[in-house]
Amino acid sequence: MDLGLSHFLAVSAALFTIGVVGIFVNRKNIIVILMAIELILLSVNLNLIAFAVFSGTIAGQVFAMLVLTVAAAEAAVGLAILVVYFRNRGDISVENVDLMKG
Amino acid sequence: MIDFTAMILTVGPELWLVAIALIGVLVGATLKDRFNSVSIKFGALALFAAAAFSLMNYEGGEAFNGLVRTNTFVNFAKFVSYVLAGFALLTSEGFLKRHGTIRYEYSLLILLASFGMGMILSAADLMTLYMGVETLSLSSYVLAAFHRDSAKASEAGLKYFVLGALASGMLLYGASLVYGFSGSTEYAVIAAADPSIGMMFGMVLMIVGLAFKVSAAPMHIWTPDVYEGAPTPVVAFFASAPKMASMVVFANVMFTMFGDVIDQWQLIICIIAGLSMIVGSLGALTQTNIKRLLGYSSIANMGYALVAVAAGPELGAGPLLVFLTLYVIASLGLFMGVLAMRRKGGMVEGINELGGLMRKRPVLAIALSILIFSMAGLPPFGGFFGKWEVLSAGVEAGLMPVVIILVLASVVSLGYYLRLIKIMWFDEPTERFEAVDGPVTITVLLAALIAGILFLFFISALSGWAGTAALGLAG
Repeated sequence: MDLGLSHFLAVSAALFTIGVVGIFVNRKNIIVILMAIELILLSVNLNLIAFAVFSGTIAGQVFAMLVLTVAAAEAAVGLAILVVYFRNRGDISVENVDLMKG
Repeated sequence: MIDFTAMILTVGPELWLVAIALIGVLVGATLKDRFNSVSIKFGALALFAAAAFSLMNYEGGEAFNGLVRTNTFVNFAKFVSYVLAGFALLTSEGFLKRHGTIRYEYSLLILLASFGMGMILSAADLMTLYMGVETLSLSSYVLAAFHRDSAKASEAGLKYFVLGALASGMLLYGASLVYGFSGSTEYAVIAAADPSIGMMFGMVLMIVGLAFKVSAAPMHIWTPDVYEGAPTPVVAFFASAPKMASMVVFANVMFTMFGDVIDQWQLIICIIAGLSMIVGSLGALTQTNIKRLLGYSSIANMGYALVAVAAGPELGAGPLLVFLTLYVIASLGLFMGVLAMRRKGGMVEGINELGGLMRKRPVLAIALSILIFSMAGLPPFGGFFGKWEVLSAGVEAGLMPVVIILVLASVVSLGYYLRLIKIMWFDEPTERFEAVDGPVTITVLLAALIAGILFLFFISALSGWAGTAALGLAG
């Protein structure tokens, strides 16, 4: 069986869905949300690389490098905010993020 | 051979901002705390200079091999965004000083966020768009949590981050599909490509991501929480400059990249606009926190702006600029009003605490009333003309259902706007208000003057500028 573009797209779509569902279904820990966000970005990278290879354009690979860089920055900012939050509340479970409602 | 002069002129304001921000990092590392207060003025000055810079090459140009392309439409938005960001920064000093959180990083983050706004406005390529969106967003997450000892602020930052990262992910996934099915990341090539199902799928995901950035329903959930929790000067910034920039970018992406397939996205934008107006107007009715109320009001106003986007490039682009300019000025003014009201030990944030403002601080009360009336869109004031332009664009484009929702939502929104007025003018005062710092009061009065009287002198000019600016889209 030949590995075609659609196989890559299917895997990437599955990863993206797992990432999005992971953000909403998870009721326990905010760190799991950060992991789900990484998963979304990685699914996009797979998409970009597959498209770049199969269409013979270079832009997708360049884009993927930029996404990797941004993913690192995003994780750094996210973890920093999480640390600040933990210092104030002493807890990082998703259920307790409820100071503001309405 | 690359034409360096034209290139520098095109990306000049952004290069200038990022250079100033980097110099600021170095100076801050050397001077430490001595730089805190100076950095605010320094940053505001740099923003005003960037605004002037964006007018120098108002006609626009191209740079970095087509990664960046500007025209009058985006340069107009860039100018307004930079000026408002400058005012938002200039007025935050007193608040930060009182809360003991004045650090030079604050100014640098605002500068970098403004750099991100400039980048998304100039973007002519999906890569530039994504990098700009992330520069703006990452700075905004940190700004929202800037009061790091406050539980509310850190919760606001956390919520903003999680939902914002999800929206960026959606935007990016959409961008990757658009790239894959059109074969290029350039707006111009995508616009000429054959609109396949895959590309439309990507387009919808991009709309979701962009709708989050402008806080349109149903991607609005973060807005009230972030507006309530984040420090007030930061919210004043969020509610003005990035709103203008993101909305114009939203329109720019739809008009230049997907302009030919308007019948594919017009209905989607109409639904988002209608939902935003309904959610914003109804949600604000029951609020007791003034920042939260203004958050809901901004959702409704983004719905009005989206009606202009749905009307398409020929009809909607000019009215969009007029409406947004008048809205963001009033919005910044109102948040300055919130900043200006202070009592012993804290800020005034509850609506009922506004009681008796008319008797204690008549000038402030009148200025705020003008701004509220302008935002509600009552005829003698500026906001009315912005709403009028959007409304006629919607009617001309034949979007009657959403225009009817717009009118009804405006009527409902009067319910909470007039409640504010009633409390300020007729309720008994509770405690005395303390004096506030100069720049804040000046900004409130300036915004009220513009919304109340001065707009009469430039409203026709503004529509003219916006009209010619919108022509830049076609060229």
